[in-house]
Amino acid sequence: MKTIRLLPVVLATLAGAAVMLNACSNGGTDRESSPTGTPVLNRALSTEPESLDPQKSRSVQAADVLRDIGEGLVTYTAAGDLVPGTADSWEIAEDGLSYTFRIRADAHWSNGDPVTAANFVHGLRRLVDPATAAFYAAELGNVVNAEAIVAGEMDPAELGVAATDERTLVISLVRPTPYLLSLLTHPSTFPVHRGSFEQHGAQFARAGKLLSNGAYVLADWEPGAIIELHRNTHYWNDAETSIDVVRHHVVTQEMAEFNRYRADELHVTSTVPPENFEQIRAEYGDQLHVAPTLGVYYYGFNVTRPPFADNPELRQALSMAIDREVLVEAITGRGEAPAYSWVPPGIHNYDPVQLPYAGLSQTERNAIAQSLYKKAGYGRDNPLRFELRYNTSDTQQRIALAVQAMWRKVLGAEAMAVNVEFQVLLDQMRNREVTEVFRSSWFGDYNDANTFLAIMESDSVANMPGYSNPEYDALMQSAGEQLDLDRRRLYLEEAERVLLADHAVIPLYFYVSKHLVKPEVEGWQDNILNYHYSQHLSLGAAERDGRP
Amino acid sequence: MLRYTLRRLLGAIPTLFLVIVLAFLLVHAAPGGPFDDERALPPEIEANIAAAYHLDEPLPVQFLRYLGGVVQGDFGPSYSYRDYTVSELIGRSFPVSVQLGILAMLLAAVSGVSLGVVAALNRNSPLDRIVMGFAMTGISIPVFVIAPVLVLFLAVKLQWLPASWTGSEGASRLLLPVVSLALPQIAYVARLTRASLIDVLSSDFIRTARAQGLGTAAIVRYHALKPAMLPVLSYMGPAVAAVLTGSVVVEEIFGIPGLGQLFVRGSLNRDYTLVLGVVIFYATLIVLLNLVVDLLYGAIDPRIRRR
Repeated sequence: MKTIRLLPVVLATLAGAAVMLNACSNGGTDRESSPTGTPVLNRALSTEPESLDPQKSRSVQAADVLRDIGEGLVTYTAAGDLVPGTADSWEIAEDGLSYTFRIRADAHWSNGDPVTAANFVHGLRRLVDPATAAFYAAELGNVVNAEAIVAGEMDPAELGVAATDERTLVISLVRPTPYLLSLLTHPSTFPVHRGSFEQHGAQFARAGKLLSNGAYVLADWEPGAIIELHRNTHYWNDAETSIDVVRHHVVTQEMAEFNRYRADELHVTSTVPPENFEQIRAEYGDQLHVAPTLGVYYYGFNVTRPPFADNPELRQALSMAIDREVLVEAITGRGEAPAYSWVPPGIHNYDPVQLPYAGLSQTERNAIAQSLYKKAGYGRDNPLRFELRYNTSDTQQRIALAVQAMWRKVLGAEAMAVNVEFQVLLDQMRNREVTEVFRSSWFGDYNDANTFLAIMESDSVANMPGYSNPEYDALMQSAGEQLDLDRRRLYLEEAERVLLADHAVIPLYFYVSKHLVKPEVEGWQDNILNYHYSQHLSLGAAERDGRP
Repeated sequence: MLRYTLRRLLGAIPTLFLVIVLAFLLVHAAPGGPFDDERALPPEIEANIAAAYHLDEPLPVQFLRYLGGVVQGDFGPSYSYRDYTVSELIGRSFPVSVQLGILAMLLAAVSGVSLGVVAALNRNSPLDRIVMGFAMTGISIPVFVIAPVLVLFLAVKLQWLPASWTGSEGASRLLLPVVSLALPQIAYVARLTRASLIDVLSSDFIRTARAQGLGTAAIVRYHALKPAMLPVLSYMGPAVAAVLTGSVVVEEIFGIPGLGQLFVRGSLNRDYTLVLGVVIFYATLIVLLNLVVDLLYGAIDPRIRRR
């Protein structure tokens, strides 16, 4: 009779444990303590930042959060225009090799300390220091001695960055870098508070420890769920900040994100589920924001191996046989623009070069493609057989199957669609041993054509096709030496023309940013960078308690 | 009993070692590395990162370094959460998974057993059919269908409950995930209980009890339920382990910071230390829970204890 009582006892213990755990896990955060009536902005992150250490972080999502927390010498307006950030002014030397920044007198850290030029020197040295192992260390490549420091051949203190006084910072370059100002908006160039860094070491980027020089401070980070930011009252432009609390929710599933938006748990989504796009457009109207962005989706040829090595005409045939209009309308269908250039339209001071056949109709393109295909020695009886590799995902698969069908229909070419996990595809693209045609994409790091064109230089590690053309490299080299922005642009455009004529890549479409934004969110502006600083947003009068 | 427990625990050490070796080899054999990305890195930067995480050392050295850490309870730094250690991440997410898992299993045990008993006692009646029909549906509909449907009606349309973990601070955020996790388990437990109880009710000692004039309620309560619980209990052991270590699907749908989500993120990003840490933790948990179930067997059925 004694043991029959065991089950109720076990159940009761488990119930007690569960209740206790619930109490513990709710007590751990101070989220509830934010006074009612404070404006709270709930926005979504599609994946979780791997780090909020400005120099160590890497992902777009980490940068999105860090742009709320910190501020570079230069920053962006809500519309995506460059404006002074923590520096209120700067001078560029005539030879373009030296930039002198003046730090704002009223720039302060979240603990009240002034932000100094030395803080920026510390941050930039930390970025190139091999011990930091920073992903963005190469972005500073044009700064004096940066390359040698990254390679471990020189001490980080030798970096061409100097604080000549408390508020003056001089950056010295080895070659003109017209996009330097946009680089200096990136979180990897944010300043580091030396005292805090020395006190906390590797943990200085934790909630409660990370000092901020931007509009918000990191209040709480629950990995896998949420990052909560509170207003930084010491920020120099705090008077312009409207929202007190910002919650970045980690939502990996597009459908779950959409449901949370509909349940009024999110004001802003990071994307829109592909399945219901038309329905969402009809139903949500003005709440749906679709805007061009700095990203190209492309198919690349492995130009180091047969059948595509030394065969630009065959590559051109495959490129021309793809009906991009059908792809973006019937397959991707979320407002993407068909791509006929490598550099996306709308980029600063640049006019993308179009593929030579961009002006032809698809019927005309198909006819030329067929004759090129025949010229390369293939035909209906002797079809070209090759593998098309893409990473496992619904969208990739639908595009791959559509393109496969177009190639078969127009040319009779037999592409075998092979899907592999993303990390596997990366490995295979870089080794160039098994890849023939592969899918990839590129997103610009800053608003300048260089971020797209530089990756196709022979020695670039992101050059997945293995493309190498001395003429292209020489044009890029010349562009890098130009001080005159118009002449530089001409060199870059010529380089793009060469790249497109070689058909090492097939640009398919340009990405768009897609957000749902609640009507009460004010100050939202679509921009090509897809940067949306929380400090530029405010919540309308109807919205004062976090849950609309 | 104490000696038995100790012997079982010591016997688990070689098992765990084997798990560590296999898991270590498998994660390193997977193509791609933890820091690969479409934005490929210049070789010198890649070398700096590899050196910072000791990925440039030969595999045996890496293994010994890792094993040395594990013995001291240090699972190393996470690669995909660079500001956290693996121990910290497991320490943060396990309580969340436990909380959900325990509540889901409680719900499953209580309602599953009750439904099973009702069905068994009303065998072949319409009530039995309704209960078993519900059970079949529960087993057949996958959780990735149930959960979004629950969200759609209760969170989006009616707005009674939060659609996600971070949508509310209170206990209400537990409700939908717990129900989604429990539904298939309720169904399973109900079917097991019914089958097992029907079996027991037709055995000789129950007939004897009836002959002595005991009523159905007393028979079920004092004689039939205990032996009928054995199959249910052996099912609950691994089921608890599976639920405690997190349901990937439920965690993704509701955005719950549990172990399952951590594991998936770790594997997709080739976060070697995170994957290994969760695997070792999971293996240890299964070993412990199996031991607990065996001890509970003994408590419920003295015949097993004596052997």
